[in-house]
Amino acid sequence: MWVLDVISRWAIPFLLFTIPLVGLFKGIRVYETFVTGAEQGFITAIKIIPFLVGMLTAIGVFRASGAMDYFVDFLSPLLQLLHFPPEILPLAIMRPLSGGGSLGIAAELIHTYGPDSFIGRLASTMQGSTDTTFYIITVYFGSVGIKKYRYAITLGLIADLTTLLAAIFITNLLFPS
Amino acid sequence: MVNVIWFILLGAGIFTAALNGKIEVITTAALNSAKAAVNIGFELIGLMALWLGLLKIAEEAGFVNFVARIFKPLTGFLFPSIPKDHPAMGAIVMNLSANILGLGNAATPLGLKAMQEMQKLNQNNEEASEAMCTFLGLNTSCITLIPATIIGIRASAGSADPTEIVGTTIFTTAVGMLAAIVADRLLRNTYRKKKRW
Repeated sequence: MWVLDVISRWAIPFLLFTIPLVGLFKGIRVYETFVTGAEQGFITAIKIIPFLVGMLTAIGVFRASGAMDYFVDFLSPLLQLLHFPPEILPLAIMRPLSGGGSLGIAAELIHTYGPDSFIGRLASTMQGSTDTTFYIITVYFGSVGIKKYRYAITLGLIADLTTLLAAIFITNLLFPS
Repeated sequence: MVNVIWFILLGAGIFTAALNGKIEVITTAALNSAKAAVNIGFELIGLMALWLGLLKIAEEAGFVNFVARIFKPLTGFLFPSIPKDHPAMGAIVMNLSANILGLGNAATPLGLKAMQEMQKLNQNNEEASEAMCTFLGLNTSCITLIPATIIGIRASAGSADPTEIVGTTIFTTAVGMLAAIVADRLLRNTYRKKKRW
């Protein structure tokens, strides 16, 4: 774990140093090249905004209205049959929709039940395990103007569901409650 | 599908708020979310500019090509529709590496660069290509070695061992990534058949 920690802390400074250094050795005008590339960043970020506004507004309305809470209440009896702790359900539903929202729920679960409780460990694993599917899809497709997503959402949600089941399985196995 | 999901999120929200007699919540939520979305876009500008600038140097120095060549067997298998020496491959490999290391902020610009390269190969500029779907599947469920944010939260909540969930996270993300690869193949074939008929 110590090695991983060092790698994650050094990766970005290492790249910031190594890439321009290699460039200089190859006779590239590093600063001018940097600026040419950076220009592209501005355009791309602006292009994403309409897509983000559309998606985040729909998700925001769904959450604030309380519709998400009803959805959770509706599903929880079904999940209890599967020995799925209902406390974790809001997190499971929020995870693919909103990174900030799910981080808030995970932090709250960890503080309420304790980081070393079963629910705390499960919430930690779930939060760290998938990315925010809808955000990724909106931003990535938005940046190139793609409006028809083919089967990308289905694929993302299948992966999210598998991840959720794997998180429950491994947490049960390694940290039996 | 995205059209239906989008409408359900909006429709169910407005319907629920109306039933509960607090319809004014919708207006606030909608306006605030729209504002938050623009903020995210603006925050991305700096990050994108920094990483795409650096990537441009890496590209011209042959660094991206070098990385792409190392992973050729794997990426060739995952992205059969992308020519082996296409710049998209380099960007894809760099993005996935950043994801694996948990460098979320650095991963996004690299991912968008990969999307731009894949768009050049795309025949229909409004519809996602097969390679793009595979790429997004891998992106939303990528092996993660260091879930840095959650380790921080656990530490601040007084955990006896904040990093003990690293093992469970690696296992979970590995299973998720495998599922994404398998599901991608199945969905790709189903979709092709559907289109033919």
